[in-house]
Amino acid sequence: MAKRFDIKDLNIYYGKFHAVNSVNLAVPPRNVTAFIGPSGCGKSTVLRSLNRMHEVIPGARVEGKVLLDGEDIYASNVDPVEVRRTIGMVFQRPNPFPTMSIRDNVVAGLRLAGVKNKKHLDEVAERSLRGANLWNEVKDRLDRPGGGLSGGQQQRLCIARAIAVQPDVLLMDEPCSALDPISTLAIEDLITELKKEYTIVIVTHNMQQAARVSDQTAFFNLLGVGQPGQLIEVDDTEKIFSNPGQKATEDYISGRFG
Amino acid sequence: MAEEVTGSSPPAKSNGRRRGDGVFRSMTTGSSLVIVVSIGLIGLFLLIQAVPSLNANNINFFTSPEWATGEVGNLRFGIRDLLVVTVLSSLLALAIAMPLAMGIALFLTHYLQPKLARPFAYVIDLLAAVPSIVFGLWGAKVLGPALEPVATFLNENLAWVPLFSDGNVSLSGGGNIFTAGIVLSIMILPIITAVSREVFRQTPVMQIEGALALGATRWEMIRTTVLPFGRSGYIAGSMLGLGRALGETVAVLIILRSATSSSTFSFFDGGYTFASKIASAAPEFSEPLSTGAYIAAGLVLFVFTFAVNALARYVAGRGKAKAS
Repeated sequence: MAKRFDIKDLNIYYGKFHAVNSVNLAVPPRNVTAFIGPSGCGKSTVLRSLNRMHEVIPGARVEGKVLLDGEDIYASNVDPVEVRRTIGMVFQRPNPFPTMSIRDNVVAGLRLAGVKNKKHLDEVAERSLRGANLWNEVKDRLDRPGGGLSGGQQQRLCIARAIAVQPDVLLMDEPCSALDPISTLAIEDLITELKKEYTIVIVTHNMQQAARVSDQTAFFNLLGVGQPGQLIEVDDTEKIFSNPGQKATEDYISGRFG
Repeated sequence: MAEEVTGSSPPAKSNGRRRGDGVFRSMTTGSSLVIVVSIGLIGLFLLIQAVPSLNANNINFFTSPEWATGEVGNLRFGIRDLLVVTVLSSLLALAIAMPLAMGIALFLTHYLQPKLARPFAYVIDLLAAVPSIVFGLWGAKVLGPALEPVATFLNENLAWVPLFSDGNVSLSGGGNIFTAGIVLSIMILPIITAVSREVFRQTPVMQIEGALALGATRWEMIRTTVLPFGRSGYIAGSMLGLGRALGETVAVLIILRSATSSSTFSFFDGGYTFASKIASAAPEFSEPLSTGAYIAAGLVLFVFTFAVNALARYVAGRGKAKAS
């Protein structure tokens, strides 16, 4: 549990298009790392390369290394399916499986991993829903479809689904962008609690959110149209927002562009 | 102020637009009405033509296997065998085509790369363009004889299953429901595949990614997202195929041998479906009362197909309500 990432010279391509250029980044365990930057700068692409989800898009490929506690997740003997089982992901828009009940949604990952013991599954469902601060709201309707919940509840259901398998790392791709402020606050509180146990990487367009929830912030930018995205700088969140090392970072966080 | 100005000046223009709206609306309403009215009139026509013959019928219309309409004074016709042959051949077609179509549709949408999927899908659609008379000739002259050993094997080894017991026609040449069902399955494959392909393709990417991110393999992803999402469409497509199989005429007419004894509820029966029975008698529709017997059979097919479609809609609608 709670492993660290070391990203070394990561280049990402979609076919011939060079999307992200040479990222070097360390993500410490039990810590929240935020990726910020303008649209199209490659921050989501980098995030999706951390659990090999970008490979879902035909033609996508990666050069460089992504080490999870020292082991390269892109080594030739590593199965992407196994990588995704140990690295959880929460998406921009809540995506519970609409035909499954709330309980089945939460334990879907365990079921895929072959767990069949009903008692164990029920325990995990309760623990995960409690962990996602959703238990009290849904404990009376665990057998109802997950699609019937509000947007914020659905997103917490997706977080419960992701943490049910006790992943090494939790990746979040703009998890609050489709939510109202109250639900956003609930998710942010949850992130602060989850980081006691999990390594978290979050992509966000909301700089206040990055400032509130993260310990470390990485700023990505585009050097120009058609150019690959770059990691401009990474540092403690406090430092990035008070005294950034690069002019581009300062311009971005003070709202002068992007 | 600004609102008042824009509010008062363009009414003439908006009137013009409304006239266009009105014309378009009556056009669309009219086209829809034409369909509803024609279906109603077809039903009415069948009913009016069928009733006098049904009244003159001397045996039970639903349970009798006999069909003798030659003597106007002594009409004896029942649809039992027509129903059995129609249902058996269509269900066999569906049982073969449904899994095949699902496999093809999943392969096209989630395994094959899009560049190759398009020409492949085109080939499947082309099957729908083959005239049914060609399927009929192929079934009677090529597939039937080729299937004869298979049919003999099934008959010899599985005769204890009623569906594979001895039929009312000889196995030689393959002029039985077994052959007809397989030909029908090929004929309905394109429609089921096309509909399934479209619904499987529309599975939300969010859900597919959600499953993959949980560590689902390709097949597990399909099982947890694509199949539940596409279920209602797949069933609706299969029912469209069933509708086509129920009504298929000329291919079945060419393939099936006529039988001298009544149906034994076996795949190795010959005989007629509703549609092929009516087509076979078409040259002799001179006497209204005899013709009415065939029209009554047509009425049953009409109602039966209608019921199948209604059932399909119900199933599809229920699936949708559950998914949302």
